[in-house]
Amino acid sequence: MSLLSVRDLTVKFASRDGAMAALNGISFDLARGERLGIVGESGAGKSITGFALMNLLSKPGFIDGGEILFEGEDVTQMSPKQVRDMRGNRMAMIFQDPMVTLNPVLTIGQQMVETLRAHRNLSFEEARQIALVKLKEVYIPSPDERLDQYPHELSGGMRQRIIIAMALLLDPKLIIADEPTTALDVTIQADIMELLLEMCQSNQVGLILITHDLGVVSQVTERTMVMYAGRIIETGATRSIINDPQHPYTQGLINALPQQTPPGQRLKQIPGAMPTLSAMPTGCPFHTRCAHVTDECKRTAPEVSQFGDTAVACHEVHRLQRDLPKEVAQ
Amino acid sequence: MFAYLVKRVFQAIAVMLAISLIAFAIQGNLGDPLRELVGQSVSEEVRQKLRDDLGLNDPFAVQYLRFLGNALQGDLGTSYFFKEPALDVILKKLPATLELVFGATVIIIGLSIPLGVFTAIWPNSILTRIILSLSIVGLSIPVFLTAILMIFFFSVELGWMPSFGRGEIVHVFGYWETNFATKDGWAHIIMPSIALSSIMLPMFIRLIRAEMIDVLQSEYIRYAQAKGIAPWRIYFVHALKNTLLPVITVGGVQIGTMVAYTILTETVFSWPGMGAMFLEAVNRVDTPLIVAYLIVVGFIFVLTNTIVDLIYGLVNPTINLARMGA
Ligand SMILES: Nc1ncnc2c1ncn2[C@@H]1O[C@H](COP(=O)(O)OP(=O)(O)OP(=O)(O)O)[C@@H](O)[C@H]1O
Ligand SMILES: [Mg+2]
Repeated sequence: MSLLSVRDLTVKFASRDGAMAALNGISFDLARGERLGIVGESGAGKSITGFALMNLLSKPGFIDGGEILFEGEDVTQMSPKQVRDMRGNRMAMIFQDPMVTLNPVLTIGQQMVETLRAHRNLSFEEARQIALVKLKEVYIPSPDERLDQYPHELSGGMRQRIIIAMALLLDPKLIIADEPTTALDVTIQADIMELLLEMCQSNQVGLILITHDLGVVSQVTERTMVMYAGRIIETGATRSIINDPQHPYTQGLINALPQQTPPGQRLKQIPGAMPTLSAMPTGCPFHTRCAHVTDECKRTAPEVSQFGDTAVACHEVHRLQRDLPKEVAQ
Repeated sequence: MFAYLVKRVFQAIAVMLAISLIAFAIQGNLGDPLRELVGQSVSEEVRQKLRDDLGLNDPFAVQYLRFLGNALQGDLGTSYFFKEPALDVILKKLPATLELVFGATVIIIGLSIPLGVFTAIWPNSILTRIILSLSIVGLSIPVFLTAILMIFFFSVELGWMPSFGRGEIVHVFGYWETNFATKDGWAHIIMPSIALSSIMLPMFIRLIRAEMIDVLQSEYIRYAQAKGIAPWRIYFVHALKNTLLPVITVGGVQIGTMVAYTILTETVFSWPGMGAMFLEAVNRVDTPLIVAYLIVVGFIFVLTNTIVDLIYGLVNPTINLARMGA
């Protein structure tokens, strides 16, 4: 049994003109201890996916259908109490900006201890000892002092380390990290990402890593899922996605990487912008920007087809299979 | 910490100097002290002599410094009407006013926090709508009208509540007179306290509600939810503390302001405090008393603000008092 199995998950946002779909029936699986990357441009629905898994969508967002089976239980059917018992305990989350994630008026110790005590019957002292051990594991210098400090006394990198330690406090099965290094100084981004990878590996924790950075994805994850306009348009082994992308959108993403462009030339960005929720095109949502668009693409949404271990949602992928690899190859 | 304290005390002194200057300037422009002292049947020469003797012909700065020197020794002039030191007159009235302000403050703090939090957590509840509608009503009716309406219903029509004066008061600690020692005292202070709080209470409910709604949207609240923290703890530990921090500063200013608002309430309820006294002093052009009142109220205002700022610095961990003093 896989750790996580998402089936036909649909998320909508209520608005004055009716509900708009932000996720259009997405399905994917995650094995125990597996690390999955979610990539895609801004607004693709990556964060919404992460929050939906935690049943933590904020209004006006809501889950409109589908299943999220986590260790065999459907998160969408859980009572508020069951959801609370799961959050932070079996499934933990790491947010994007450590400067605003921690409560400014509570000490690090208070915030770690409360998490432990929310899920286990521990005394303050016992909880504090566990917190101390976890802080040591993420290489925080003088952890004893840290526990009595307030967030504003610590740097962004230190705070994100602490947040990683907090995510590990109750030995979760899955960690969802939504752009955990984007808000940090570039010089420490790699350190934090490496720490996250090390912690997931040594603790056998599954990871869903949401990011814009394909470099990070290839460094950390085993499988990658590419999202566009609330759909998964390509999934597969990270290596295949990076080296042999099938979907024109994924190819566009890879081609837009700075490494793909000689110094001094402009980056090869995908022309146009992702459609907004209220102005979703018919058929394939990418057809408005796609160089290979056909009439079929404008009419019907493509089914998923399998190429080896890669799944792709594109009408033209068979033709592209024949024509394109040479063009894309670096 | 000590440096911050010293800094705050210096600021407070600066504000007090400004207030005293204004009060003194008012004194110079309000009526002719000679008329109060000797009446009108005295010849111009005698008047001039008297002016010289009293120092009224000295330069402004000299007069102000003399005034300040006297004030520092507790001498704020002599009331024309009471023929007593102005400060003594005010200090006798002070307990009545402070107890009234205290009563209103207790009502405001006791109700605004639970109601503000409730209306923020359950924005769509019927009770929330009722509370918010009532708060608009409270905000838009002037204090004196609220007071008169209360007297009309609860004193005149229903006869439940006394409508004027302090009722039975008890002397405590030698000097202080309190309403809170007898049943009659309690009965007398309830309506004036409610009237005095009738503007601030709705304001605070709305302030706390708005602040709490804001805080509840912040990322750290969502993160606390993501950690599986129980809702009551999120509301009362994570959110409330962040909500009240900014409210403390506003609150301090408002409690100071309330001392001035007592003028209306005390007058309507014939409350023997310094607010009603001030209005009488104005009617009688009792200049020393007016000036003394301004200075005492200014002093209370500055004192509450300074204390509130210090408390704010102590409870807000992101303010490093030691560093701020530097
Ligand atoms: N509160 C909301 N109300 C309406 N629409 C929303 C709301 N929050 C998000 N959306 C929409 O849902 C879609 C997906 O948003 P999401 O935050 O998941 O994007 P993302 O892929 O995480 O982008 P980014 O890379 O910028 O973080 C976007 O089109 C966004 O406009
Ligand atoms: Mg996002």
